[in-house]
Amino acid sequence: MLAYIIRRVFYAIPILIGVNLLTFALFFVVNTPEDIARMQLGVKRVTPEAIDKWKAERGYDKPLLLNQRMDGLRAVTETIFFEKSARLFVFDFGNADDGRSIGHEIATRMWPSLALALPVFLVGLLVNVTIALLMAFFRATYLDFWGVVLCVAMMSISGLFYIIGGQYLISKLWNLVPISGYAGGLDGFKFLALPVAVGVIGGVGSGARWYRTFFLEEMGKDYVRTARAKGLTENMVMFRHVLKNAMIPILTGVVVVIPTLFMGSLISESFFGIPGLGSYTIDAIQSQDFAIVRAMVFMGSVLYIAGLLLTDISYTLVDPRIRLE
Amino acid sequence: MPVMLWTDALIFLLLAVVIGYFYYVSRRAHMLATWMRVTESPSGMAALVVLGAFALVGLLDSLHYRPTLDQGDAQGRPVYSVEVLSVLDALAAPLRQRQERTYSAPFDTRAYARETVEVPGEQGAPGTQRREFPRLQYGGAHLGNEAGRERDIVVSGLQGFALAALLWWGLAGVLAAGMARGTSSGAGEVLQRIWRGETRTPWRAVLIALGVLCAIAGPVLAWCTKYHVLGTDKVGQDVLFLALKSVRTGLVIGTLTTLVLMPLAVVAGVTAGYFRGWVDDVVQYVYTTLNSIPGVLLIAASVLLMQVYIDTHPELFPTAVQRADLRLLFLCIILGLTSWTGLARLLRGEVLKLREFEYVQAAQAFGVGHSRILSRHILPNVMHVVLISLVLDFSGLVLAEAVLSYVGVGVDPSMTSFGTMINAARLEMGREPMVWWSLAAAFVFMFVLVLAANLFADAVRDAFDPRVRVAGK
Repeated sequence: MLAYIIRRVFYAIPILIGVNLLTFALFFVVNTPEDIARMQLGVKRVTPEAIDKWKAERGYDKPLLLNQRMDGLRAVTETIFFEKSARLFVFDFGNADDGRSIGHEIATRMWPSLALALPVFLVGLLVNVTIALLMAFFRATYLDFWGVVLCVAMMSISGLFYIIGGQYLISKLWNLVPISGYAGGLDGFKFLALPVAVGVIGGVGSGARWYRTFFLEEMGKDYVRTARAKGLTENMVMFRHVLKNAMIPILTGVVVVIPTLFMGSLISESFFGIPGLGSYTIDAIQSQDFAIVRAMVFMGSVLYIAGLLLTDISYTLVDPRIRLE
Repeated sequence: MPVMLWTDALIFLLLAVVIGYFYYVSRRAHMLATWMRVTESPSGMAALVVLGAFALVGLLDSLHYRPTLDQGDAQGRPVYSVEVLSVLDALAAPLRQRQERTYSAPFDTRAYARETVEVPGEQGAPGTQRREFPRLQYGGAHLGNEAGRERDIVVSGLQGFALAALLWWGLAGVLAAGMARGTSSGAGEVLQRIWRGETRTPWRAVLIALGVLCAIAGPVLAWCTKYHVLGTDKVGQDVLFLALKSVRTGLVIGTLTTLVLMPLAVVAGVTAGYFRGWVDDVVQYVYTTLNSIPGVLLIAASVLLMQVYIDTHPELFPTAVQRADLRLLFLCIILGLTSWTGLARLLRGEVLKLREFEYVQAAQAFGVGHSRILSRHILPNVMHVVLISLVLDFSGLVLAEAVLSYVGVGVDPSMTSFGTMINAARLEMGREPMVWWSLAAAFVFMFVLVLAANLFADAVRDAFDPRVRVAGK
């Protein structure tokens, strides 16, 4: 098991190198720092001196891959690739365009993100599984039929609608919670209640419908028939056997997103004014701060790969038949 | 002068491919049988009618031209306007040209905001100024007295409804007559059978969907020349017109993206599954790498860079419409490049299974070449996976467009889309009374389109997925 995990961690390295090279190519080769400087400075103020100054301030004035003016090891290290891309591997994200340290921002903004994303994830999972189980329990009745219809209708509604509608109804019309904002600790509850509810409701349609198929698939298996033939009550069959077995694909399927919860949600964080990583990323995209976008891309892939590893491990934990070698 | 934008060309190419595909299907009994199962699903057929209506709007909006200006040049040759219009623009000219100054609520005859109006003084006395809601230039302008507004709305709505009902009856009659031809039963009898739901193809669902469409379109058509049925937006454009224009953007993103994604996913997935070994390793490496980058960020990064490219190369894009169009195309390509991995993985798994089947092994034993095995034995047997995932992807892409436009990496701000409509309307949320109509229009149109696409996708999946078929029977 340990050997397997170590090997998987090593497998992650080429993937991260690939991500790194890809972002490097996107940000520095397809569009040179010169282009970016030109755009950032705007049309009016573009002079060669202004561009050079902009590049020097941000350390973009070095050669891309090989610095021929330096010798020895410094020919490699005094380059954009080494300073901007390779340093990501040790989680040294450098500074944003406004001069603040990205690493520090990530460390502080991670917690509000998590405070929103974790409840959405846990409550959402619970709600989805419950509704899916109910629909499977009442399969082939009107309840199941209209449940599925409702699910399809709910997943056809844009996520933006849930947010805007929720803000209008709950905050503006009924004045139950503030429209947006954030506070740490217990005060955060009144700010987070609506975003969490919206996040859960927005995911119910596709989630419950998806999990329902897992339950139905499990209920078609032979052991369920055997259990019924032995005279077990339907409740026993559903909760003791079907639920347990159907949770295997459900749990292993959701494990992959657990690490990426840190990244937060772009849309709802920015709508609800939560100072997390999601709104940080959106602000960076809108102000075209490429250093932040690069850092977030790298963070995202590291967390995703961690999620893949967790998925593999979770298989062995919930299903003893699987051995990792 | 006709103008062919890039996305127009690709849409018509796609249309040709779809028509060609159905011609091909119609000559092969086993494929036809599967598609016939799709036509047996009532919800699927009703959804198809709605999708057809959307597709019609989208296609009309994809025929672009530059109108001729009235005066020719010195030699009498026609001069073309720099403005690029579509056939939809021409058909909906009354909607497009009747532009107010700013917001107005649906059916309203007065503007949303108060303005200072000069009241001329009587008999030479100095005029006074008054704050009031000014009358709209076009909305309800035919009314002499605003008190008659409700009555006028009801009357013209009923007229439109009556015409639509007549049209609907006509369609139902033609359908019944067509079905009765060559059989012993009369048209009336066939209509009764349709109504009781006894026909193999669920014509009842089709007629109901058509009826609902007519019942909505009829009154709206009657109203839209006199009022702003869905109100006007910030610069006074008719929201109904904007919503209709958004349909094309949504359809382009939903369909062209899959056009980009499909070849990539099929080639990568099938070769990885079939050849295994290093090909498999490379393909797996590429898609794990792409997958591991958060989707929105990869799209955002690519779109930002495209933005830089467009800004630094203005000479490549002569008109604003062409620039917006190319940006839309790039967006489709980027979405396609970032989302082919899911389908590729599905295909790889399916091909890994297929290549162990006896008929593939037999073909290999007979010395059939790889390309022939792939094209004759493997590809036709994974096409259902491709088809299902393409139809399923459509609705997700339409929804994604709205989110991407909100993030600021969607379509060009000058291009009308559901995302840009929502984005513009969102800023007015805090106003009192609330400006709700643009938001509502965008969300309702999007909801209907995506719901229809989802229902149709379900019908397709139920017909094509062998697992569903076994479980259902």
